[in-house]
Amino acid sequence: MSKQLNLTLSIWRQENAASRGRFETYQAKGIPDDASFLEMLDIVNEGLISEGELPIEFPHDCREGICGTCGVMIDGRAHGPELGTATCQLHMRKYNDGDTIVIEPWRATAFPVIRDLVVDRSPLDAIIQAGGYISAPTGTAPDANEIAVPKEVADSAMDAAACIGCGACVAACPNSAAQLFTSAKLWHLNSLPQGQPERFKRAEAMVETMEQFFGSCTNHGECTEACPKEIPQDFIAYLNRDFVKSKRVNRTMASRS
Amino acid sequence: MAAPTAANQGHTSSADRPLRATPRSLPFPFSLYQTSVGKKWVMAITGLMLIGFVVVHMIGNLKLYLGVIELDGVSDYDVDHYAHALRELLVPLVPHGVVLWIMRLGLIAGFGLHIHSAYSLSRSNMVANQAYESKRDWLAANFASRSMRYTGVIVLLYLIFHLADLTWGRADWFEHGEVQSNVVNSLSNPLVALIYILANIAVAIHIYHGMYSMFQSLGINNPSYNWLRQGAARSLAIIILIGNISFPLAVLANIIEFDPSLITAGY
Repeated sequence: MSKQLNLTLSIWRQENAASRGRFETYQAKGIPDDASFLEMLDIVNEGLISEGELPIEFPHDCREGICGTCGVMIDGRAHGPELGTATCQLHMRKYNDGDTIVIEPWRATAFPVIRDLVVDRSPLDAIIQAGGYISAPTGTAPDANEIAVPKEVADSAMDAAACIGCGACVAACPNSAAQLFTSAKLWHLNSLPQGQPERFKRAEAMVETMEQFFGSCTNHGECTEACPKEIPQDFIAYLNRDFVKSKRVNRTMASRS
Repeated sequence: MAAPTAANQGHTSSADRPLRATPRSLPFPFSLYQTSVGKKWVMAITGLMLIGFVVVHMIGNLKLYLGVIELDGVSDYDVDHYAHALRELLVPLVPHGVVLWIMRLGLIAGFGLHIHSAYSLSRSNMVANQAYESKRDWLAANFASRSMRYTGVIVLLYLIFHLADLTWGRADWFEHGEVQSNVVNSLSNPLVALIYILANIAVAIHIYHGMYSMFQSLGINNPSYNWLRQGAARSLAIIILIGNISFPLAVLANIIEFDPSLITAGY
């Protein structure tokens, strides 16, 4: 038999990007402690709908921690109090009866609020697009194990590829920098043999797109703490290395075209 | 086209609205300084230069503890011999004071670039960031990392005061080139000593995060030594802190003294 929680929620409500938002207080009564954080919001929304009020808009999709859609600031922490956990994987058994929970959307100038807790994270897509795809003609897809990849490299690329693009790193950063996201996306491709032909083109394009929207890294380390996939800071150092090298390499390349 | 509704009013994709335009690219390597990552490299390299200066300056100041020694027939405080030698570096290959001025110009350029990159990055970070309305819970950021802007400004103000105090001379007791006497005269005022102590705490805090941050900004990262980076930054900051605040304390405790009868007029 699961416990039931009575909670006080302070939730950011905002009509659209242009309007002023404010915190509204809600009483969430009889929340089963088996519920996930998002299911708790679903229960609150059902109550609001039955009273004829507009439900609280919050971002969510797969609810199993792999799609990167969900994510809100919970009590001043991106994705809430559990480390390495997306909002959807946070469960109400981590809370006590009578707790007050403050829920705010991600904040960054490049992430305007669309409605309530939903923000526009499309600049992250712009960074991915700037990275392009492997456009060097290499013929048909090679056999799976034809290109030998050292185990260490495969592991490192896999760690980088774990990024789900939720934007918690930007949300947690006091400078709203997207370094952790960009470095993970960059290192995922730049560490592998398949990514080498366009390595430095990609580094320059992705970093310069990132800098159009986001701040710069001052090495606080808040991003890794917020990251549901615990992407390490190391990738940021690799990004710094590749970017500076790219300026030199791409200049040499330009002279050969 | 349908009239805008409350839901879609004025909403376009945020990716269509960059916060800043990409400027026309300058030739390499100046193109690096047009980017934030490049500015961080400049900040890290100039920071390393300035740390090198602070360390050498502190080691030079340790000569304050050595008292009077005799060198080439001149009996003077060791720190005054040292100051004299700095001006005489590479003499007679180059004229008197030239090497010192070359080093000073390097430091001034380093300071200029360090401050300009900090200012420019802070400005763009402020544009990119929006404050939370609720209380933030910091997990990794520490006091040093969050106060870099403030400790940086304190260090700059302190630098100006320090130059006015012991390089340009702000009071009657100041005598150009008489290091031991000037230091003792300045720091025997408890208020001035307090300024030096507080400012050097800010210097150490700034160097602690700066040194750690330097590793990341320059891409100095490898699992074989990453565990050493925090400790290296902390040890350096502590060594600089202890060394530098020892001088005002030693003057107040009369460990560093000036006695004109012990020296022969030399330089």
